[in-house]
Amino acid sequence: MPAKSYRDAIREALREEMKRDERVFIMGEEVGVWGGTYAVTRGLYDEFGDKRVKDTPISEAAIVGTAVGAAMGGLRPVAELMTINFSLIAIDQIVNNAAKVHYMFGGQITAPVVVRTAAGWGQLAATHSQSFEAWFASLPGLIVVMPATPYDAKGLLKTAIRSDNPVMFIEHSRLYGVTGEVPDGDYTIPFGRSDVKRTGKDLTIITYSRMLYPSLSAADKLAGDGIQAEVIDLRSLRPLDMEPVYASVQKTHRALIVEEDWVSGGMGAEIAARIGKESFDFLDAPVERIGVADAPLPYAKNLEALAIPNEQQVIDQARQMVDGRVQGRRE
Amino acid sequence: MRDMPACGNVLFQIFIPTTPFRDKDMVTSRNKSATALDVAKTSVTKSQETLSREDGLDFLRQMMLIRRFEERAEQAYTEGKIGGFLHLYIGEESIAVGAMSALEPDDDVITHYRDHGYALARGLEPNKLMAELFGKETGVSKGKGGSMHLADVERHFWGGYAIVGGHIPLAVGLALASMYQNLQRVTLCVFGDGATNIGMFHESLNLAAVWKVPLVILVENNQYGMGTAVARASAVTELYKKACAYDIPAERIDGHDLLAVYQAVQQSADKARRGEGPQFIEALTYRFRGHSMGDPQRYRTKAEVEKAREQDPIQRFEQKLADLHLATQEDFEHLGQEVNATIQEAVDFAESSPQPEPADLYKDILVPEAMEAP
Ligand SMILES: Cc1ncc(C[n+]2csc(CCOP(=O)(O)OP(=O)(O)O)c2C)c(N)n1
Ligand SMILES: [Mg+2]
Repeated sequence: MPAKSYRDAIREALREEMKRDERVFIMGEEVGVWGGTYAVTRGLYDEFGDKRVKDTPISEAAIVGTAVGAAMGGLRPVAELMTINFSLIAIDQIVNNAAKVHYMFGGQITAPVVVRTAAGWGQLAATHSQSFEAWFASLPGLIVVMPATPYDAKGLLKTAIRSDNPVMFIEHSRLYGVTGEVPDGDYTIPFGRSDVKRTGKDLTIITYSRMLYPSLSAADKLAGDGIQAEVIDLRSLRPLDMEPVYASVQKTHRALIVEEDWVSGGMGAEIAARIGKESFDFLDAPVERIGVADAPLPYAKNLEALAIPNEQQVIDQARQMVDGRVQGRRE
Repeated sequence: MRDMPACGNVLFQIFIPTTPFRDKDMVTSRNKSATALDVAKTSVTKSQETLSREDGLDFLRQMMLIRRFEERAEQAYTEGKIGGFLHLYIGEESIAVGAMSALEPDDDVITHYRDHGYALARGLEPNKLMAELFGKETGVSKGKGGSMHLADVERHFWGGYAIVGGHIPLAVGLALASMYQNLQRVTLCVFGDGATNIGMFHESLNLAAVWKVPLVILVENNQYGMGTAVARASAVTELYKKACAYDIPAERIDGHDLLAVYQAVQQSADKARRGEGPQFIEALTYRFRGHSMGDPQRYRTKAEVEKAREQDPIQRFEQKLADLHLATQEDFEHLGQEVNATIQEAVDFAESSPQPEPADLYKDILVPEAMEAP
């Protein structure tokens, strides 16, 4: 399989779906002539023209609302919000229109829209470094995916474009350059399938999006100490596929959630609650969570580094949880 | 080059509480010559000169049907049979009937929560509409939407929306979908004066104009957004002028004159259909009831409401039909009986219909995904 970047994998999915289905079009700020703020849509404007690749004004509410309306009217829009921070301008359209029209009108209306956006950070300070996936994942009527690998990104984006439901497709600005194996041509990955990215017997690490990488590298280092961590990538946050997590915890008896959002009310809170209910009898330690520091994101490099979870934190937390078990056995 | 609408002209004064409605005071600020894409037909209009007895009585019947529907809904609300918010359309009927009559059956319509009049004028069944208000399974939205969320996709009636201004971008999208698919279809988007102050209004007008989508915007200026008079909420009180900021042709009309509404919507729809981009109509009107049920109406005087009632669109239209010798008092009484019977049947249907099943709580949240074998 050829190696491709996360960025190229997403572009490939867009391009293949646009070729496959005339109704698919892209709209958003700087998606056309500029080529995409993160260069995801580069070349598509030249290839497909301005009917299929539409630059918009800086009007997030109108971007999402117009995409939802076009979806209701029979098209398959892929709307891009430059970053997830700007989704707040469009949140009414996402919450009150995209996620509601199907139910509220008794199933008559469908809104097959994809909203692509990017989480991420990089000395961008408080307003430009946020991660709101948990807010969207709390909404019945919406599908929320947050792929970590190029392979998952391409397959899930194709599923999202073909789905008759509204989908929030959340990318990550620091993953665009990550490479991985991605087949040429068509394949899809269904929503709601968590993926075991590494197997292990001592501890289950549950993660998604960029946090997969520090989780995997931490697992490598832990293996050197004889601790085998299983790493599960959720991929979809709604629907949330917890079965592989329960099965893993039944084996490892320890669950550590690694997320790149605020811990309070974040994705991990939901996951921990579900593990607490479904796997209560199997747990040998409290479910632990690692997330972003409980502060707005700062500009200064050293402070930002303190705020974002890293490999060392995962290692330390994992050791603490597993050493607890070892000591317990010695008694 | 786009032609500029006549933004600077004060064309029509807000009638309340000082200036009464005047007939035939409709003003057109459009001065565009038809250009390119002159493929769509120019519709045959209905004016005072050409109005037939048949059309006249049909318009009147529809307005009376809406009025009666609203009166019975009000009654059912006070009896506790309808819950939530109930926004009545009494006093504004001429706009919905004039506008809906001017459209083609496959034109798209999307409106705000004061939507009963539009639903009826678009031909949705009174039975299913009343059932929706009663929260019954037989309602147009299966009892999930209620009064504010009536829809019928088969009639291209995309629903009432209850977030003020929230449906305006949806209308831009529907219009874009028509343009994208080369359909000769326009989208009509309706909302109130209050909605012209929200950001989504401005984002949507701008985008609609940039993309030149076939959209007709119809603002019902009923003088108030809840209890806030237009002048207390909008720096520009002649709301059609707001369209000028986006170079959208705009006009202000007397919304209580059904034929004026018909003509304005028809002409605007023709232009939009011909590829001239979005069009904007401000229809002056007045709601005779409170904003919703239980409104103490401290923001206006009884005298003001009484004054406005002198321009009741139904009475005015009856007068017009009588003056034109198209119909008589007897016809009006006959129509009254007819609509009373229709609405009585709707109430009976709603009362006797079943509530949704408990399992319906979880129905239609998502469309089932085509799942692959794992
Ligand atoms: C975004 C939003 N803010 C506030 C409200 C509460 N609200 C409902 S109707 C309304 C007044 C709207 O007035 P207008 O647009 O003039 O329509 P009208 O009711 O007069 O027909 C308000 C403030 C709402 N539904 N949505
Ligand atoms: Mg109003």
